[in-house]
Amino acid sequence: MAASVLFDSPGPRTIARHRVYTVVTMVALAGVLAFMVYRLYLEEQLEYDKWEPFLTPRYISTLLIDGLFTTLQMAFTSIIFAVVFGLVFGVGKLSDTPWIRWPCWAVVEFFRAVPVLLLMILVFYSWGISRGDSGAYWSVVVALTVYNGAVLAEVFRAGILAVPSGQAEAAYAIGMRKSQVMNIVLLPQAVKIMLPAIISQCVVALKDTSLGYAVAAPGLSTVGEGIYLRFANQIPTVIVIAAMYITVNLILTWIATWVQKKFVGEKKPLEVTAVGLADAGGGAPANLPH
Amino acid sequence: MEVVFDNRDLVAWAFAHTLAIFLISGVLSLLFGTLLAAMRVGPVAVLSRAAAVYVAIVRNTPLLIVLIFFRTAGPKVGIQFNWVDIVVGDLRMNNYFAAAVAAMTVYTSSFVCEAIRSGVNAVALGQAEAARAIGLPFSGVMTQVVLPQAFRATVPPLVSVLIAMLKNTTVVGVFGVAEAFFRMRGFTNDFPGDRIGIFLAFALIFVVLVELLSFAAHRLERRWRIA
Repeated sequence: MAASVLFDSPGPRTIARHRVYTVVTMVALAGVLAFMVYRLYLEEQLEYDKWEPFLTPRYISTLLIDGLFTTLQMAFTSIIFAVVFGLVFGVGKLSDTPWIRWPCWAVVEFFRAVPVLLLMILVFYSWGISRGDSGAYWSVVVALTVYNGAVLAEVFRAGILAVPSGQAEAAYAIGMRKSQVMNIVLLPQAVKIMLPAIISQCVVALKDTSLGYAVAAPGLSTVGEGIYLRFANQIPTVIVIAAMYITVNLILTWIATWVQKKFVGEKKPLEVTAVGLADAGGGAPANLPH
Repeated sequence: MEVVFDNRDLVAWAFAHTLAIFLISGVLSLLFGTLLAAMRVGPVAVLSRAAAVYVAIVRNTPLLIVLIFFRTAGPKVGIQFNWVDIVVGDLRMNNYFAAAVAAMTVYTSSFVCEAIRSGVNAVALGQAEAARAIGLPFSGVMTQVVLPQAFRATVPPLVSVLIAMLKNTTVVGVFGVAEAFFRMRGFTNDFPGDRIGIFLAFALIFVVLVELLSFAAHRLERRWRIA
């Protein structure tokens, strides 16, 4: 193993000891796994008829089209709107004009701190409830857009601030206006830095679409509920639904890592501070000279 | 807003539930997450791999699915919390509450593990080398030198995790625990004329709680900062 903060490269006695630990751990893990499978078997959760819906073409297509596809659609729709929202408010937070900067700061901080579910219920009861399935669908999308938009605003701000200050200075020196500096010089470079963070946010949005369950919005969790209410196969359903979420999220994470390596290189990924920890709003940022 | 003020005792008990879930599962996830992190960064490859698999699985599953597991799927295989029934005033810690705490703990520990791991990675190699040079064993290096420093480096990401967890407690309301979201949904249903006011009132309480957390973290961070 490579040099670690925590331990030296092991000597022969340690290696022997680790071998014992390894064996003990493997036995313990195998025991736990076997116990879980045995428990499932004992409670008749491994019976064929409990899993049958997931081998029936009709239910597979329901799961994939009404479930996974709708969920992905909700997640990506809200991320696309959220990028627009985040761009407007993130750039707004960097404005030199206080009456643009402060409202943008307030909106971003407020929606970052408020749980998505509260927002979703508000939108659903005041707008979506009389509009059936599409009302629930858009309630989820609107709530996720505003929340993820507020998070992405912070990402955009951090991304723009991460562009070396010489870039903006040089642009001002050749006589560009503020909007030109932002549009031609800073944003195109910042996008590259922000891309991995935006893709990671897709994972968050995808997971949060499951909250649509609270307003009976279409999507994986609701399709899953329909299946287990009908077949009383809660365990298999939860396993299948979770596996679908995990697969998509792992793919997204893998893409984010790949983009990070390809476009950003070995630099640390963009880190966005927690709500309230940011030196929010106060004073114009350092790398945008007046 | 008036509705919320008139029913302030209900709102107070709702937030008592929110805070109880937050505190109990917060402490449990910190303990379990630290244990996971220790496995993750330890020298035994199998343990490390096992913790990594746990984190990858749980982190990529929505909290709602974890909750569905503990509420509707768990009882089918004997994961039950019927033995839990503690009532303090209007704070009911019953089997719903316990299932919620279990789900929140399982879910949040994976994030705690990742936060601590990033903290451990932030400790300079020389610190550990010096500790080893004076002859401390693995446990000594961990508890005397690396972990105290890692914990400081861990405060900001850990606070983000805790803030996310505070907001996540609302999901529990979907499954019948009478916490803030549950109460807000009830009010929104019963008093349709004041929806915006109800939302703003609950949202502002959450904003205050979140700001309190991050303020406390900011203070800790400043006190613990070393040169």
